[in-house]
Formats: sequence, structure tokens, C-alpha cells
Amino acid sequence: MAVKKSEAALDPLFNNNPIALQVLGICSALAVTTKMETSVVMCAAVIGVLTVSNLTISVLRHQIPNSIRIIVQLTVIASLVIVTDQILKAYVFEISKQLSVFVGLIITNCIIMGRAEAFAMQNPPSLAILDGIGNGIGYSAILMVTAFLRELFGSGKLYGYSVLPTVSEGGWYLPNGLMLLSPAAFFIIGGLIWALRVYKPAQIEMDG
Amino acid sequence: MADRQATGYTLLFATAICIVCGILVSSFAVSLEDLQDENIALDKQKRVLEAVGLLQPGEPIDEAQVAERFAPIEPVLVELDSGEAVEGDTATFDQQRRARDPATSTEAPDNLAKVKRVPDRALLYEVRGDSGELEMVVLPIEGLGLWGTLYGFLALDADTTTVRGITYYQHKETPGLGGEVDNPRWKDRWPGRKAFDDEGEVRLAVIKGFAESAEQDPHSVDGLSGATITSNGVTNMLEFWLGENGFEPYLDRIRAEAN
Repeated sequence: MAVKKSEAALDPLFNNNPIALQVLGICSALAVTTKMETSVVMCAAVIGVLTVSNLTISVLRHQIPNSIRIIVQLTVIASLVIVTDQILKAYVFEISKQLSVFVGLIITNCIIMGRAEAFAMQNPPSLAILDGIGNGIGYSAILMVTAFLRELFGSGKLYGYSVLPTVSEGGWYLPNGLMLLSPAAFFIIGGLIWALRVYKPAQIEMDG
Repeated sequence: MADRQATGYTLLFATAICIVCGILVSSFAVSLEDLQDENIALDKQKRVLEAVGLLQPGEPIDEAQVAERFAPIEPVLVELDSGEAVEGDTATFDQQRRARDPATSTEAPDNLAKVKRVPDRALLYEVRGDSGELEMVVLPIEGLGLWGTLYGFLALDADTTTVRGITYYQHKETPGLGGEVDNPRWKDRWPGRKAFDDEGEVRLAVIKGFAESAEQDPHSVDGLSGATITSNGVTNMLEFWLGENGFEPYLDRIRAEAN
């Protein structure tokens, strides 16, 4: 299977988006998108881990014994996630406290193991890096749109700055509390998937 | 190249991966430890400021500002048994380590907060006004929640019974359920409540459901929905640390000095 470089990096944005089409990594998308600030850090962490894990697995793909390949992938990913967690704790402590367990849960983010097993095991390092970046950005795009909507309508702010002055601060905007709860992310992501499938009807799954 | 399916090769490969990953993880952990410790210490100071109301939750603040606002707050080492202040280095004091060391701690009697050992000394904070009079005391509290021990601070008025604030700086509770101990709106329910009743018994408790205002229902605080065990944990740790094995001797002394 020959994959072009541009396809590896760009496909995951719209054509094969990990959240919208593959419906992977939803758990973290619900949890960390109440604010854009936490989402940005989460996205950076996922892009970093995904790219490096794809690269590592791809470099080792001819050496990894088939019988323990999943465990090897997990070991690599888990190590990268712990390192990322340590870096966040050292340099952006406040945000790492807010992300709490969800940084650790990058390990179980299906996107990362999914790409390691489905792509990096079969493709050379250069392609695997692009695939990692592409999928990371595809994941981030959905996360950032969700966080944008949730923070704007949930707390009247964007990136911590007040945009719609809320009633509690003497303004006119009554924040929609539902936006700050996890179900709101379901509605928004559902809406995004709908919009994407209207735009690209080929993604609609047929019944039966 | 060696046979990739051979058992020997598989074992060798697994060992090599473990060693490489182990070295990677531990070298990062060790090299970043100092920075992380600084962050933790600063974060603890911020939580103390929050407990006494000198810092709003979520307010951006840098290190210099923390130091500035900390000016009226004095760290004090206290001997728990006698309640007396003792000399010692407050900067390097590590209460958790002290509680683990048999030489500097005693076994706690069976208690609901599941505190196993009590240190001989504790680091607390006294907040003084312009003329030096005591305004508040900030007591460290800890106790078991659902997933692990919660560590935090309880700020009491100089009358030693009116709560001024509560914060937690370290816990492992479920985000959205027990993790709501960090929710500013829940913490806002605390100030004004009374920790002790007229007989001097610890009465303050996190109850199921809503508590009335501090005037009508001074000894209760709203429970956290879906987090009964965490809520009970908070109640239990208050009972322990305000009781005879905790800060009761100290609070008695403060009360006596005020009269």
C-alpha cells in the first residue's frame, strides 16, 4: 500500500479525522474542552506523543517481534506519556493540575495506539511522522472548535479573556451552564460530525 | 538478522525496550524534580492565600505577587501535644515525612479519617493584622477520600471556630465528582460556618443535600453530589484535625490568649 506524503498528513484533517470519522479519543475530548487554555496544552501533548510514538514504532517496525508488538507499542507510548506529564508538571504546573488524570489517560487514547498499530507498523518513519502530526492536528482541530464554543457560551470567555460580559460580573450575558458539563461536548462533536458528513457525503455510513 | 519469532530474540527485545524506556523516564523524572518541587511549594502558598481569601480562585498571579500577599501570613511550627509554638526551620519542614518517621510521630488511634500516624509537630500559618493582632489561623488537614488522601488547609477566624475558608492542594478524587472539592462555588459555602458547637465539640460536617445559610445552619455544608465518600472524608478529617489528636491543644491556647 503506497501512501503519498501529502495524504498521510492531510487526510486526517477532514477525510479521515480521528474523532469525526474514526470516532476515537472521545473521552478526553469531553473532559478537557471546557476551556481553550487546557485544550491547547492537551492538543500539544497529544500531537507530541503521537508523532514521537509513530516515529519510534516505525523505526523499530522490522525489529519488533510480532508476538509482543502491542505490548511494545504500549511501553513506548506509556513512557512518552509519563515524560510529557513530567514536563507539564515542571513548566505549566497550574494547567497540568487542571488536566489532572487526563494527561495520564493519553496512554489509553485510542488514536495513539490505533495509529501505531494501523500505520506506523507498516510505513517508513518519514510517513509515520507526517501521519502522527496529521492525526494529532485532526484531533486538535475538533478539540479546539469544541473548546471555543464551550468556553464562549459556557463562561463568556475566550482563552480566559472576557468576551461576553456575564451577569455575575455586571454584564448582560447569562452563561449556559450546560456548556460546561460533559454532555455539551457530545452535542457539539455530534454537530461537527453531522456538518462534516453533509460537506463530505462519502463519510456517511450505510445501514446494513 | 536474528529470527524475529524466536523466543530468545523476543525476550532480548523486551528487555532492551524496558531498559531504554526505564532510563528515559527516570532521567526526565530526576532532572525535572527541582522545578516540580518549586511549583508544588508555590502552589501550596497559593492555596493558603485562597483559604484566607487573599487570592481569588483562578486569578493569575506570579511568584513575586504571591510573596507580597504572603507578608501578613506567618508560618509557625507547633507542637501538637502542647499546642505551643516551637523553634524550627519552616522552609524545609515536611509534615508528611515527619509523620512517617517513628522518631518524630506517634501512631494515631483508630479514626474515621484513616490517619495512621500523627507527627509531633505541624506547620500552620497565623495571619496577623496591622497592629499585630491575630486575625486567622490556617491549619493543615488531611484524610482519606475515595481514591486517596486529600491534603488541604482550613482557615479559622481568631475566635477559633468560625470558618474563613477551605482549600485542597493535593487529592486523587474523581474529576467532576469528588474532584469538586476544588470547585470555587462549593468552597464559597464554607466561610461563616462554625466548626464547634457551644460545648466545644467538633460539629461541622458535610451533609447530604443542601445546607441552609451559615446563620440558620452553622454546622453543615452542602454535600458533593455523587461523591458521598469524599464528602464524608472531608467531615472525618475535620473531626480528626480539630479534635484532641490534632489541633485542639493549639486552638485552646489561642482561645485562652484571646481572653
